[in-house]
Amino acid sequence: MTDFSKLNITSALLGLKNKDFKSVELTEYFINQINKKENLNCFITKTFDKAIDMAKKSDEKIIKNRELGSLEGIPIGMKDLFCTKDIRTTAGSKILDSFIPFYESTVSQNLWNSGAVLLGKTNMDEFAMGSANTTSFFGNVINPLKSKNNDKDLVPGGSSGGSASSVAAGLCLAATGSDTGGSIRQPASFCGLVGLKPTYGRCSRFGMVAFASSLDQAGPITLTVEDSARMLQSMVSYDSKDSTSSKKEIENLLDYKKSDLKGKRVGVPKEYLLDGLNPEIKKAWDLGISWFKSVGSEIIEISLPNTESALPTYYIIAPAEASANLARYDGIRYGFRAEEKSDLTRLYEETRAQGFGKEVKRRLMIGTYVLSAGYYDAYYLKALKVRKLISDDFSKAFERCDIILTPTTPNVAFPIGEKQTDPIEMYLNDVLTVPASLAGLPAISISACLNSDSLPIGLQIIGKPFEESSILSAASLIEDLRGF
Amino acid sequence: MEYLIEGKTGNWELVLGLEVHAQISANSKLFSGASTDWGADPNSQVELVDSGMPGALPVINKHCIDQAILTGISLNAQINKKSIFDRKNYFYPDLPQGYQISQFEFPIVGKGHLNIEIDGVEKSIGITRLHLEQDAGKSLHDQDIDNSFIDLNRSGCALMEIVSEPDMSSPSEAAEYVKKLRNILRFIGTCDGNMEKGNLRADVNVSVRRKGDELGTRCEIKNVNSIKFIQQAIEFEARRQVDLIEKGEKIIQETRLFDSNNLETRSMRGKEESHDYRYFPDPDLPPLVLNEEDIEKLRLKLPELPDQKKSRFIEEFGITAYDAEILVTEKYVSDFFEQIVEGRDSKIVISWITVELFSYLKRKNISLEESKIGPEKISSLLDLIISNKISNRQAKEIFDEYLKSDVNADTFIEKKGLIQISNESEIEELVEKVLKENPKMLEQYKSGKDKLFGFFIGQVMKLSNGKANPKMVNETLKRKLSL
Repeated sequence: MTDFSKLNITSALLGLKNKDFKSVELTEYFINQINKKENLNCFITKTFDKAIDMAKKSDEKIIKNRELGSLEGIPIGMKDLFCTKDIRTTAGSKILDSFIPFYESTVSQNLWNSGAVLLGKTNMDEFAMGSANTTSFFGNVINPLKSKNNDKDLVPGGSSGGSASSVAAGLCLAATGSDTGGSIRQPASFCGLVGLKPTYGRCSRFGMVAFASSLDQAGPITLTVEDSARMLQSMVSYDSKDSTSSKKEIENLLDYKKSDLKGKRVGVPKEYLLDGLNPEIKKAWDLGISWFKSVGSEIIEISLPNTESALPTYYIIAPAEASANLARYDGIRYGFRAEEKSDLTRLYEETRAQGFGKEVKRRLMIGTYVLSAGYYDAYYLKALKVRKLISDDFSKAFERCDIILTPTTPNVAFPIGEKQTDPIEMYLNDVLTVPASLAGLPAISISACLNSDSLPIGLQIIGKPFEESSILSAASLIEDLRGF
Repeated sequence: MEYLIEGKTGNWELVLGLEVHAQISANSKLFSGASTDWGADPNSQVELVDSGMPGALPVINKHCIDQAILTGISLNAQINKKSIFDRKNYFYPDLPQGYQISQFEFPIVGKGHLNIEIDGVEKSIGITRLHLEQDAGKSLHDQDIDNSFIDLNRSGCALMEIVSEPDMSSPSEAAEYVKKLRNILRFIGTCDGNMEKGNLRADVNVSVRRKGDELGTRCEIKNVNSIKFIQQAIEFEARRQVDLIEKGEKIIQETRLFDSNNLETRSMRGKEESHDYRYFPDPDLPPLVLNEEDIEKLRLKLPELPDQKKSRFIEEFGITAYDAEILVTEKYVSDFFEQIVEGRDSKIVISWITVELFSYLKRKNISLEESKIGPEKISSLLDLIISNKISNRQAKEIFDEYLKSDVNADTFIEKKGLIQISNESEIEELVEKVLKENPKMLEQYKSGKDKLFGFFIGQVMKLSNGKANPKMVNETLKRKLSL
């Protein structure tokens, strides 16, 4: 009898193939787990009936051994940012509380085509704006991990907090996330998982509720590096419905296993050694460097001089785009509408005042401000220029190295309720992840070790554009050498 | 002729610039595959982008880009190799995305010009730019007492905004400019130019000044949708501005609406109320990059433009510049002419079209296109004239009745019994009979009263009930009388 709690995608696929168990049994196990761990608040919408249906279909295919998808029968969680046909999609917001799409996002469709089974839509920060999953209209998500020194509930990170928490708690085998400034990598780091943000344009954004269009990328949150490669392989595609989708050939991601890290040049950017960087995280970084040295990689100190401008640049560009992307939520055609009939302007004001949460409103205000006449040049236009400089920094650095190794976050998971008073303190969570987002580069976070509270510390590997397999390969080295 | 507005304190000059919005002729919208057919059920031609659904993304319709480039080429304008789509942000219920995708700083087409003709004098009007943008949907406020409704069929349809320089100085120049522009668009098939359906509409910028002065403060009259209204709106607005200035008041820069019932313009919103549209590049759309080769391909595909057609007509058919201009003012008319003139004498064709047919249309107060008169209707009649089956005069007499009938010329003439007598012996018989019956007149003629020649002609025609071929009667009579 298989212990389902020990499974990952790769081992589950083998078990299904060997007919050790059925997808329906696996699915029922996770349904049961989700019900047991209701308190973590990982799911906004559960789709158990649909999950059983999908699992049955997978089982039939497995029995007939026909038309098997690469994820046939694997139960997953879907971040509630991806539109799913006939299934409520909220983006964590009251304003979409009642929204049921009649279309399917390309990323989720790709996963269903691969045979994945949908357990439910995972909780997230409202419109993906947050780093602790505390801004969701549907309540905060709790990290299943706890400090060994106290009993406080910890944040799972955000915005893909429900996805990360559900994978870490064993409520599904993997989950999708979306990453605009770190929303896959940071929660993966806080929950001890593997989170991969691919190159901008690799995953289609069609049907993904937009936060900041020039930054948003879908990616997987998984237990292992191999699972990450398998999930991502199913998610990516060129999509004519997304004008920013890349036509570049898609590599076989599992080929990451073939690549040899001996002689690989690993860049270590000196600017990432922040003043406020937790010493335990610095230690983890050094540990990571030593692992690469041990297999014969070349460690090269590099400079990314505009790193300190990345966070402010991000917090101009992302809110600016969001201010336009979220203008469509006006109560006119779908979603929440305030009971206000006196006039049109009041209807807009009340709908948006009641429909959006505080953090979303804050960013809409920032975004509107930086695009306004008289401020555009000083903020938005300048931010675009700095973004180009940051991108150029990476291009130059990649002339000297093949991958870049950094910590994922300046700190580990923190107790719920902390960092809530000062938004800047919350934004600092993303300081090490936003540069790669601004440059559109692929980046992966993998848990490297535990701190003194036994909380996971993640390391980030940033790659050249469309070299996802090279960051997967580097992450697998850490996975092999970390000793757990 | 110089157009001046007489004020109490002297004469004023008018400065006009136009922004024309032309809906691109295309089967689908600028960023979605939804149909653009007119008159469909409300909200039946709407895709995700057109209704601003979450996660919807715009994908550019290449045909619309080609149409804009063709238009740019035909306006002698620079085609920009790189242009950028921007979001123009404002809230309105018929704007589902909360922004319109438009082009702001980097439009697809830059500077160009077109020539208009005023009283036979050519004038060049500068084109500042042409950019692409999405149309909005339509709000319907008159369907219900408590509610407004929205129809998104038009939402996302491709528009070209064509901006002119402030190069016009009279209502008739503005009218000629719009006519010429509309004509070019129709010739190349990039917009049907239908102003009633709103497929072509203009924002008119009006200011006045003393001759030689700096530009005055302008007011923009929005969405004027007929050429007549454009002229009326300008006339009213110019007079209003002159009266204000002469009263010692200042013109406030503002947006105004034209009320065609009362023939006046009214303030819509002032400059201080104007929107801050917060334009920024649409991150869903990469910059639009064109290469020289594609532009050249389109240049070769460009059909003959009105001015080129006019020159060719003058050269090929030996017609006057005046007539050629009339023919090329409407693509429909020039196509009509070309179909008829093929293999026929151009002088007869041109006179029948520009004189007889046009005066008929004028009496009926309809356009050629509206009249549904096909080229074969006219050509079959002309063939009877050319082959002497009926006389020119006969044809003129029956013209109105013939046009109203639903038969071709042969059948019509036969039914009417109007076939011209062109048989030589028949004509000779008629002539001889007339000479025989009028011996006194014949005597007088022979004694030198040449004028009586006309009398004999008239008698022959009368005798034949007007059917005798006048040219042959003339010749036969001359021959007989000289004997």
